[in-house]
Amino acid sequence: MSASILSTAPATRTSSTRAASGLMLRGLRAITRLPSAFFPAILMPIFQSVAFSGTFFAITKVPGFPTDRSINWFMPLGVLMGSAFSGVGLGFSLIRDLETGFFDRLRMSPAPRNSLILGPMFTAWFRTIIVVMVVAATGFMLGAHLTGGVLGIIVLFVAALGIATIATGWGIGLAYVFKDMRGAAIMQLGLFMSMFLSTAQAPLGVMTGWLHTVASYNPVTNILRLARQGFLNKTVDGHSIGGTVTWANTWGGLLAIVVVSAIMLAFARRGLNSLDK
Amino acid sequence: MTAAVIIDTGDFAHSSEKPHLWQQTVAMSKRSVIAIVRQPALVIPSLVFPLFFAALGSSSFSRATSLPGFPKVDSFLALSLAASVLQGVLFGSVNGGAALAVDIETGFFDRLLASPTSRVSILVGRLAGSAIFGAAQAVFFTLVMIGFGVNVRAGFGGVLIIALAGGLIGLSIGGFMAAMALRTGSAEAVQGIFPLLFISMFFSSAFFPRETMQGVYRSIANVNPMSHLYEGMRDLVISGWSIAAVAKALLIPVAIGFVSIPLALVALRGKLRAL
Repeated sequence: MSASILSTAPATRTSSTRAASGLMLRGLRAITRLPSAFFPAILMPIFQSVAFSGTFFAITKVPGFPTDRSINWFMPLGVLMGSAFSGVGLGFSLIRDLETGFFDRLRMSPAPRNSLILGPMFTAWFRTIIVVMVVAATGFMLGAHLTGGVLGIIVLFVAALGIATIATGWGIGLAYVFKDMRGAAIMQLGLFMSMFLSTAQAPLGVMTGWLHTVASYNPVTNILRLARQGFLNKTVDGHSIGGTVTWANTWGGLLAIVVVSAIMLAFARRGLNSLDK
Repeated sequence: MTAAVIIDTGDFAHSSEKPHLWQQTVAMSKRSVIAIVRQPALVIPSLVFPLFFAALGSSSFSRATSLPGFPKVDSFLALSLAASVLQGVLFGSVNGGAALAVDIETGFFDRLLASPTSRVSILVGRLAGSAIFGAAQAVFFTLVMIGFGVNVRAGFGGVLIIALAGGLIGLSIGGFMAAMALRTGSAEAVQGIFPLLFISMFFSSAFFPRETMQGVYRSIANVNPMSHLYEGMRDLVISGWSIAAVAKALLIPVAIGFVSIPLALVALRGKLRAL
């Protein structure tokens, strides 16, 4: 596993992209070598999409709910949840590397420091593409209806990759801080809370009370809006017709992804720097 | 530490006479409860997560209570009380089973077997610990929800039945967990059961009424004992006393226990034979 990385590193300092690619390949090989670490990221969102769609089916009948199919509402949530766990899973892998001492060998190599963050991020993106394809395919089999056309799928991928980037930064940042499995619980808890304290279960217009206020300010709400817009209905004169992807539903999600990703990746970089000190 | 607990709990501390079975069982139960309470990392999530989900559901789905098929309720939180008890006790039972597996992994179980302790008391003590913790969780959730305005229409008696149901659920599900722990000797394997329990909850009416479900999903929820168990406790909260509600809340966990506890005893016998 490590040999492949060493073979890509010449005696002189290697480029960030090259070193990150080596780390990405190592991360992808881990899917086949340790499938138990990746499969939950696929099975969990599938289960979540199925279970939530079935259990909360009736919520779509509440006036103002933006779709008449519960799978249309909960499948994008499943996709984002799986993508987020794909990212945070890289934090678990990093903890393992820190505990086994493999990460110390990486730090001694001439790989640029940025590649130690970019490599896991590229791995998370690849894993996310698998998650999106599998979970979306399952959703379509269960009756999900794409109302926004190809653009609807594109924005779903963008939102998934965005949340994976955020989760990767969060996961590896915490791994650098804790350096052991204590960080794993906080990684998952933080992710879980930020996802569910948003419009995960119901749109803002249907919510009441404290959650409405919290979800209004939670950037994940914007990312969910970005992901879901290709699956929602537009009602004209009481008739439900296909929805469209609009800039109004897009820019907030993109902004949230850029800002929160920058914060999380900076958090990861700071953790790496403190590890070096 | 644990040995001290066992020795201190009886009058038989320095006696050469073998303690009675009930004394051994009480001592083992006490140890089991202490073992659970001493692990806040396990206890706190089993108390906090169900409340978190109840709070989320209350805000997300409160407007759904006016939909056709929804039982008449004061608030969505009233529906969530029974679901919180079920979730919390399931989570706690897994932890109890995992603690038994840890005893096996660390060799403490072998030390117990080497002592003149009754074999059955080792298992019964563990299950009693899960039952006591389950009842305590049920009381905790009920008190918290009452604090947030939930009115238990069956009154104090209803709260007692819910607490008893919590204990029985802890006992019956704890039986499955103990069987798993004794068969595998692995805490990880026992923890791995939790997703299955969680799935069984989602395929029931614990989070949303069966009347609002459709198709295969509704068919599964109809035959899932979790649905009926939940509805028994729920009806005590939202409708008041009824024989049907009490019977569902108490007899379903007892029926599950008739399967799970013999399974655990068989697993214990298998474990002893293997030694």
